[in-house]
Amino acid sequence: MQDNILAASTTSIAEAVRAERNTLGLELPYAALSMLGAISDDRVFYRVAQNGLTLTGYDDLPIDVSDEAEILFKTEAFRSAVIRSATLTRKISVDGRLNDVTVTVAQTREGLGEISARISLIALLVGLGFFVLAVSLSAFATGRTLRPLDVLANAVSRRGPSDLRPVKAEAPTEIVPLVTALNRFIERLETSLTRSEDFIAEAAHRVRTPLATVRAQAEIALRRVERPENKTALRQMIRAVDESSRSAGQLLDHAMVTFRADHMEFDTVDLSALVADTVERLAPLGDLKDISLRLGTMPSNAMLKCDPILIQNALRNIIDNAIKYSPGDSDIDIALTADDAHYTITVRDEGIGFSDMKTSELARRFSRGPNVGEIVGSGLGLTICKEVAIAHGGTLEMKDNPGRGGCVSLVLPH
Amino acid sequence: MRFLLVEDNPELSASVVDRLSLDGHAVDAARDLSAAEDYLASTDYDLILLDIMLPDGDGRDFLTRHRRDNRRTPVIVVTARSEISDRVGVLDLGADDYITKPFDFSELQARCRAVLRRHDGNARNEKQVGDASLDLLAGTLSVAGIPKPLRNRELRLAEVFFAAPERIFSKSHLMDRLFSYDEDVSENAIEVYVGRLRKKLEGGNVQIETVRGLGYRLVAEV
Repeated sequence: MQDNILAASTTSIAEAVRAERNTLGLELPYAALSMLGAISDDRVFYRVAQNGLTLTGYDDLPIDVSDEAEILFKTEAFRSAVIRSATLTRKISVDGRLNDVTVTVAQTREGLGEISARISLIALLVGLGFFVLAVSLSAFATGRTLRPLDVLANAVSRRGPSDLRPVKAEAPTEIVPLVTALNRFIERLETSLTRSEDFIAEAAHRVRTPLATVRAQAEIALRRVERPENKTALRQMIRAVDESSRSAGQLLDHAMVTFRADHMEFDTVDLSALVADTVERLAPLGDLKDISLRLGTMPSNAMLKCDPILIQNALRNIIDNAIKYSPGDSDIDIALTADDAHYTITVRDEGIGFSDMKTSELARRFSRGPNVGEIVGSGLGLTICKEVAIAHGGTLEMKDNPGRGGCVSLVLPH
Repeated sequence: MRFLLVEDNPELSASVVDRLSLDGHAVDAARDLSAAEDYLASTDYDLILLDIMLPDGDGRDFLTRHRRDNRRTPVIVVTARSEISDRVGVLDLGADDYITKPFDFSELQARCRAVLRRHDGNARNEKQVGDASLDLLAGTLSVAGIPKPLRNRELRLAEVFFAAPERIFSKSHLMDRLFSYDEDVSENAIEVYVGRLRKKLEGGNVQIETVRGLGYRLVAEV
């Protein structure tokens, strides 16, 4: 832009130089210079020289000799300013002699720099403004669009492990396929869970019902036969039935305990009521051997956040063990005590105790004490109890009573 | 006592009927839920023994209906699975108790007794011999009007004798009724319990006689 105007004024000045008889004449076309003033307030310099000698203009404006008809542009320092200059050299013949006439027009660049700086600044501000606007708009828009996703994620992650209802969060059209896919997945999961649950139930039913028949028939036959060897055979048969059903049951229980321990579903329950209820359910089993289950004094309001089914299962295993390993006509004492940090359920019997076997060894899977004799067991009961204790951040402690019998404590932090 | 057994396996059903009859109960056996409804519509029962998996439906649905209709007859569920593996426990659905297959008859008997006792403390199921009467539910013996509490084994022994007065029971028969097969006891243990029961019967006109070489029997002096 500046160069074009500089070139135009240089050319028009150069064309105004004429040979007049034996000298050069110049009528300076001011219009050429005023063109320059029009674009900015920058100062304008010019110089017309004949063979290097100034004819008119600023003596100190540096000049360069350019080729004929070729304009030479330059940026240089002049009078403590930066100037842009255009130089054109013409050859004009005067008195038969060829003279180099050099026309230079220059203009300072301050105004232009200022303009371009201003333009850049405006451009920058506008750009920045757009950027900020775009970013906040898009953040707002994404936030709004994705909020249903957050709601959805919260709704799904807050669910308990057994909550398999379809998701009903309100979703914009874009997310509807996602919700539909999620619901289909939940549906499939539920179907497969139900199917495996039904399968386990069906399998258990198919195996246990004939076993129950065998056991019942054997028990009736036991009453009818007289010869001792027949009686022994029938007793062994019943024993085998019990052993297999007990192992199967304990294995399944163990799997369930492991599963539930992984997906703890906590409820706040009254531990005293839970203990009393469990003891009441087991009392008939104790009765069979004239074993009294005696419930000690219970703290009132013993509330505990726990998985009640797991605690009940552990306690049932402990009491069941106590009944199994106790002689007839004895007592089993069950107590619940509370201190600042723990609830302790203690089951004390008058049975065979734990001999010298270590607690940790007895609680290992399939391990049984050396003193179990003929008593049926799977070696899983105490393992289950220990896993329940651990799942609740507690411990299972076993020790022999001074004197006779064993004592098992389930310690649960509250 | 009148029991209704709902069980689709015919052999198991027959054995349970057989055994419960031996204890002096009248038992009707239904093969499925619709038969059970028919029985219930015509007769009053003291206890229902209910299997869960039946050919025409789920015993738990029956249980839910039973409780919804406010029928009070207690129910013991006979199930193939342990409570922990069921998502909805049968006790939550209104069962009074449950027993896992395969079961010990003595345990079934004990659970029935416990449920009946809990359910109706005033119910009487008494057997009278001479001036002694045995209340099977309350588990008490009264001799000449004086109540004598019995422990479970004494009660079961008394039950055997009172069911058939004058009949001779061998030691080994009594052993099978009193002890489970995995209890390591000698036949002499029976003498201990017979001794205890004799002590409880003192003061009346009924006693347990030893029949040399054969066993024991309950006799009333005339």
